[in-house]
Amino acid sequence: MSTLTRPPQTSATRKSRPEPERVETTTRQPMGSKVTVNTLLILGSAYMILPITWLLFASTKSVDELYGLNALSFGGALIDNVVAVSTQDNGLFYRWILNSFLYAGVGAVFGGLISVMAGYAFDKFRFRFKNQLFAFVLVGVLIPNTATVLPLYLLASTVNATNTIWAMILPALCNPFSVYLARVFSASYIPDETLEAARVDGAGSIRSFISISLPMIMPGFITIALFQFVNVWNNYMLPLVMLSSQELFPVSLGMATWQGYTTLLPDYVPMVITGSLLSIIPLIAAFIMLQRFWKAGLSAGSIK
Amino acid sequence: MSSPDTAVVVSAAKAKPLTRKPRKNVDKGGGGRTASIFLIPFFALFILTMIAPVIYSLGLSFFSERSSGLGFGGAETLFVGLENYQHVLGSETFVSGFVRLGLYCLMYIPLMLGGAIFLALLLDSVVARAKKTFQVLLFLPHAVPGAIAALIWTYLYSPGVSPIVSTLANGGITIDFFSAELVLRAMVNIGVWEWTGYNVIILFTALQAVPRDVLEAAVVDGASQLRTAISIKLPLIAPALGVIMLFTTIATLQLFTEPQILTKATPAVTGTFVPNMWAYDAAFNRQDLNLAAAASIIIALLAAVLSFVVTRFSSRSSKG
Repeated sequence: MSTLTRPPQTSATRKSRPEPERVETTTRQPMGSKVTVNTLLILGSAYMILPITWLLFASTKSVDELYGLNALSFGGALIDNVVAVSTQDNGLFYRWILNSFLYAGVGAVFGGLISVMAGYAFDKFRFRFKNQLFAFVLVGVLIPNTATVLPLYLLASTVNATNTIWAMILPALCNPFSVYLARVFSASYIPDETLEAARVDGAGSIRSFISISLPMIMPGFITIALFQFVNVWNNYMLPLVMLSSQELFPVSLGMATWQGYTTLLPDYVPMVITGSLLSIIPLIAAFIMLQRFWKAGLSAGSIK
Repeated sequence: MSSPDTAVVVSAAKAKPLTRKPRKNVDKGGGGRTASIFLIPFFALFILTMIAPVIYSLGLSFFSERSSGLGFGGAETLFVGLENYQHVLGSETFVSGFVRLGLYCLMYIPLMLGGAIFLALLLDSVVARAKKTFQVLLFLPHAVPGAIAALIWTYLYSPGVSPIVSTLANGGITIDFFSAELVLRAMVNIGVWEWTGYNVIILFTALQAVPRDVLEAAVVDGASQLRTAISIKLPLIAPALGVIMLFTTIATLQLFTEPQILTKATPAVTGTFVPNMWAYDAAFNRQDLNLAAAASIIIALLAAVLSFVVTRFSSRSSKG
């Protein structure tokens, strides 16, 4: 345990400070093993990026080129494919992308805020049944997501809430694991003394939360929001179960639907491939830009 | 779900820096009332979207529709006790789905975890600059949603389109990833691809926290890289491994997206391939919501039991 109790801010906030390099373990290595280590890492990385590379090449190909050309060569149909994806069903694809952004964005910002508030309360306030309530949250972490999807559908259908935006947004706002993370972040980002000082200066609890704690916990909030975003963006079972009208689909459900057409209509194949590529670009870009946040989130998660 | 389960997690939680020092009474004035302003939004949603559905379907699972089978507000709703559970557990397709899921776990967990440990140790031993690039490359698959990942791999398994199949064919090997024998392994590969890099980063972060004087001492004592990795680094990151085991187990029980996408590509993946798909099929194809409710409860219970076992096991092993 002791090795992991390092507060998560080391990689999130102190960006400027370089990670301690363990010179002794790298310099004393014989040349041969250094080559072996790097070769193995390159092989591992190649396994990770080859499918995405294939997607990149495949999206430039027409149906015939897909079956005829070498996998690692460009076809001449990239623009045709993008146009086909964009114009199919009056630009339904972009609607799907927007839906994904809507569900995941609301889940990230508002769900993140709700989690941060709860985690903050668990960290900074004293109240009765605090431990019992927190245990309740931890049980929620352990309930598998898909085990609640069908029950949620059953409940939603009693109030005619299936096939609505709310069926996607309300579950996206609630994530027990984020509350857990928020408590960890609150403990390491917001010193009790600061709040004490604010109280002496006459700030109420809500005032200190908004003007003092929230700015301090911002990196933690971004980390949590990013995690929520990815969770909602990746969720496939919930929309599959809840939604029946295509206008409400998120993009991965849309792609899976098009994929279902391909057996009868081969023209959909390049559209599925190009659409998949277009749909993962925003997330890959976000991951590369927001590296320090997801890394902080992962290390905070592993403290558990 | 069960209370011992909670106790273990809470005791694990107590060992963390959450309660690092005796806390000053930060908010004396408002106490519980102010805290509730911060807690109510979350708990309202938590109850609405997680607890109520589970309780509702628990109730539903004890009843049965004896009329048309369309909807569940119908005229004839009978209390049948545990009959739905008997039906689910007695169903050959449900049980074989669990066996399949078990086989999947047996292949997936060691492969993914072993791969992640191996890559994290390698990453921990290379020069600083390359580390960042490798981390991003290894993590990249996690930015691809499960459904899209399954779609990409479906093409990579399809003869005619797949560079893998054609390369193997040129080498004289004909392989059908969609055959009944191989399709589960093909699915394991998708899981390994999606999750290895994610766990490499967690383990790598844990490895970075291993005190350097310990490693220095080992080097002075003449321990080899391999020896240091096995006897010093691995035991020190055991808690992180325990957490990964727990989350992997929970995630693996949820297996749904990948097989659901693959049903469209091969008849070898049936509509009841894994328990989650069985429940989905019961609700939407067989229109038996009570049965689907019972199946969901069984899956949730099993997940709770397994995460309890894993938490128990990993907290014991990390204590030595």
